Formats: sequence, structure tokens, C-alpha cells
Amino acid sequence: MIPLSHFIVLGAILFCISMAGIFLNRKNVIVLLMSIELMLLSVNLNFVAFSRFLGDTAGQVFVFFILTVAAAEAAIGLAILVVLFRNRGTINVADLDTAKG
Amino acid sequence: MTPPGFVLPDMLPAAAEIFLLGMACIVLVVDVYLPERFRRFTYQLSQASLAGAALLVLATFPDTRATTFEGAFVADPMAAVLKMFILVVSGFGLFYSRVHLEARRLMRGEYFVLGLFAVLGMLVLVSAGSFLTLYLGLELLSLSLYAMVALDRESRLASEAAMKYFVLGALASGMLLYGISMIYGSTGSLGFSAVAESVGAAATSGSGMRLTLVLGLVFVVVGVAFKLGAVPFHMWVPDVYEGAATPVTLFIGTAPKIAAFGMLMRALVEGLGALQADWSQMLVVLAVLSMGAGNVIALAQTNIKRMLAYSTIAHVGFIFVGVVSGTAAGYAASMFYVLTYALMALGGFAMVIWLGSAGEEADRLEDFRGLNERNPWFAFMMLILMLSMAGMPPFVGFWAKWSVLREVVASGMTWLAVVAVLFSVVGLFYYLRVVRLMYFDSPEEKAPVSSLADMRVVVSVNALAILALGIYPGALLRLCAAVVVP
Repeated sequence: MIPLSHFIVLGAILFCISMAGIFLNRKNVIVLLMSIELMLLSVNLNFVAFSRFLGDTAGQVFVFFILTVAAAEAAIGLAILVVLFRNRGTINVADLDTAKG
Repeated sequence: MTPPGFVLPDMLPAAAEIFLLGMACIVLVVDVYLPERFRRFTYQLSQASLAGAALLVLATFPDTRATTFEGAFVADPMAAVLKMFILVVSGFGLFYSRVHLEARRLMRGEYFVLGLFAVLGMLVLVSAGSFLTLYLGLELLSLSLYAMVALDRESRLASEAAMKYFVLGALASGMLLYGISMIYGSTGSLGFSAVAESVGAAATSGSGMRLTLVLGLVFVVVGVAFKLGAVPFHMWVPDVYEGAATPVTLFIGTAPKIAAFGMLMRALVEGLGALQADWSQMLVVLAVLSMGAGNVIALAQTNIKRMLAYSTIAHVGFIFVGVVSGTAAGYAASMFYVLTYALMALGGFAMVIWLGSAGEEADRLEDFRGLNERNPWFAFMMLILMLSMAGMPPFVGFWAKWSVLREVVASGMTWLAVVAVLFSVVGLFYYLRVVRLMYFDSPEEKAPVSSLADMRVVVSVNALAILALGIYPGALLRLCAAVVVP
């Protein structure tokens, strides 16, 4: 059986990749949305692994809620993206610099 | 047919939330079938929903702590008081919004429906009894706010602000969730009382579990700091405050702060109280940075919404100062601070809305130049608000700062109180600059600014409440001390 630590390390690696995707990305807003999804999925992996090893179902229930909320979040994120593209004609992260100070 | 072993949970403690959920759905449907000229009915229905929810909170006011839904939902006096303030402040907020939206032909039902769902999220947040409820309340609030910021579809600034808010908010939720998963992994439960038990055992035994717990705690604190807008997690605050339409800024800057305070109390004090020594160190750093950066950067602003954004950041620092003292009296002082701050911010943004209600958006500091000659009564109201935010007696802002400082000195951190006072003196400068512009400069245009009669009454009630609470702060101070969770 695969030990718990393997799952937690995998979750941590995915979490770090998604953080790097958000902070290092200078190009495209869609990549930001993908990073956010990846971050939520790494948390889900953590929850499922803990739930399995603790023998407690609450963690898996939490995962269902996270999946649902993530879907709603993606819908709102893409809607804002469409509005942004209509107003500016670009979705470059570097171009989001009108507000400063 | 109820399946065997299933017991219907007690719905009564959550009556206000259930009512508000039903009403929000009704408003959503009614608004779709309403012709354009009756749009004001949506507004009236929304106000009625808030009033009904407030009545239900009062009617079910709990004497002691009650839990329902398997402990996932807590109804205690603290939650009830926070809910009352959230509902009243949101009601004022909807009123000011209507004035602005009608003047700009932006009157759309979506604003009110999203507002009601955001309020529902806040109510769930302050009543959270487990990390799952906390997360769901927070997301309901945040998702509604993202959409509200983007409501002004034609504005380039608003869509940019919405995108920044969305990305940083989602990042904060992700961090919070990662922290929750770590805490779940080490304690094996999600409910705050069960978590508090395991954490208490782990903190005294000093096992290896403590490391995982502290790791989870760091992520939870970062998530909470993001939502409150504390430095160094404040990047979204000024951009969102400036970019969003003024009613949306008003909505984001007032009631959600109360809800975020409730979230802080539930997650850190109730759930992870045994780790108080660890999280209070983190909050001290956040508090000093927030008060410093907020007050200093506010000096350089020329846009009043941006200036109020940095002022919010500084006030959040003060709220943390009360919490780090780690005593019930300290929590009560912070609660008093956040409640009165919400009232002051409400008044401040209402002035921006009022000044811009004639036509052009008036969000530059220049627009306040010589206001005393154009409308002396409103200039006086703005004077009250600015002096109260700066913490001058006899206004309520003074008592808020004073009670927080008294508790932090009592807990032995005198240096933190000194730092807080020094930064408040810096803050005094930019609040007084607004006063100077209003009273000692002559206006660019001499035309007097008129206002709707109801706007004048409500703004006056709001500002005079700050003066009245400043003269008689005792009742509210005692209320906060009586209801706060130990």
C-alpha cells in the first residue's frame, strides 16, 4: 500500500506548481485560471488521502463541496474574462496596469 | 418517508439565513418579470428581506450557545450581534446604492440579488461551526462580490479590478483550503470544537503533530489576512476600491469586514485557540505592517476611494492589535472597533456617492475643495466622519482606538501600543487634509450641491450616530464585552 506521505508530497508539489503558475505567469489570464483549478485539485488530493487514512468520510464530503464551488468559481472567472476582453481587446496579464499608486 | 436513523435537524437557529435564502430567490425571479419602470420594486423587496432577516435574528436571539446541523452551525450571542450589524449596515448600503444607481441609469436587479446572496454568505460565515461551513459562507460572499465588481460592464477599470480581485481572492481561498486540509489531517475532524480538543491535546503533549498543525495554521492566517486586506496581502484592496463603482466599493468596504472579523474569531480563537501563542506572533507582524504601510501610503493618494482603501488597511491593522492581546476583553475591543469602523466607512463612502450624485463621479480629493461654501451641513457630516476615523474625541473612533490600546497594554505589549499610536498620528495628517480642503480652500465651482431629502436624512442619521456613540460608548462596549466568545 502506498504510504500517506507520498500523497501529501504529491499534493504539496502540485500546490507549489500552481503557486508558481500564478506568480511567475506574465502572459495570459487563462493560465491563471488553470493554476487556480490546479491549486484546488491539489487540496482535494490532500483531503481524500487524509480521509482514507483516517477512516473518516468528512474529508471526502468536503471534496464534493470544493468541486462544486470550483465549478461556480470557474464560471464567474470566465465571465469576468469575457468582460475584460470586450473592454480591452487583450487578456495579457502585463496589460492589466491601469490602476496604480 | 424518513429513512431510519435520520433525525431532522433543528432549523430554528438558522431561521434568518433560511428566510434570506428564500427571499433572494424570490427577488431573483420577480426581477426578471418586472418591467423597467418598476425597477424600484426590486430595491424595496430587497430592503424588506433584510428587515425580515433582522427581525428573525432578534426573535431568535439566543441566550447561550446553541448548535444545530451536527454542530456545523452555531447560534450564539456574538453571532447574533454581528448579524444584526451586518444586516443594518447592508440596509444602509443598499439605500445609498439606489441613489447612485438611479442617477446613472445603472439600476439593475442583479446588484440587489448579488447583494442579498453576499449578505447570506456573511451570515453563514459568522455562524460557522466547522471549517466546511466557514468555507461555504466565505465562497458565497466572495463569488457574489467578484460579480458585483464586474457589474459596470462598460468600464475598463472595473473589469480590470474584478479580474485582480478574482485571481487574488481565489488564491486566498486555495491557501485557506490547503491550511484546512493540513488541520484536518492532523486532528481528524472539521468541527471547531472537535478540532479545539485535539489541538489542545497536541499542544500540551508536544508531539510531531504540532508541526503539521502550525503549517496548516500559517496557511489559514494567510487566507484570513488576504480576505481582510492586511499588508503584505493587500494588493487587491486599492485597485478594487478605485475600480469598482462607488456603491460596490461601499458594499465591499463595510459589512464584509464585520463578517471577516467573525471568521477570524471562529477559526483562530474558537478552533485553534490552543495555538494562540503561534498565531498572535503572526498577527503582530501583519498588524504593524498594515498600520505602517496603510497610513503612510494613504498620504500620497489623490483619489478619495484609494485613500479610503489605504485607510481600511490601517484600520485592519488596529483590529488585529486587539486580537493579539489574546484575552476576552481584547476580542471585545476588536469587535467594538470593527462594528464602529463599518459605520464610519459607510458614512465615508456615502459622502462620495452623494457628491457624485449630480452627474460626474466625484472621487478625487479635489472635489471636496471648498465644500463648506457649497453645502455646509454635508461638510460638517464629512468633518465628523474624518475626525472619527482619525480617532479624535469625542467621536466613536477615539473610543475604538482607546479600548484596543488599553487591552494591548494590559496584556504587556506596550511597544505595540506605542507603534499603533505613532502610525495613528501619521494617519491624522491625511484625514485632516480632507478637512482643510473643505473648510479653508475656495471651491473651483461655486454652485451649491443639492441632495435628495431622504439622502440628507439617512446620511445625517449615519454621521450623528457616530457622534452619539462617541458621547455614550458605554452601552455598545458593554454589549461587545458580554457577547464575545471567551
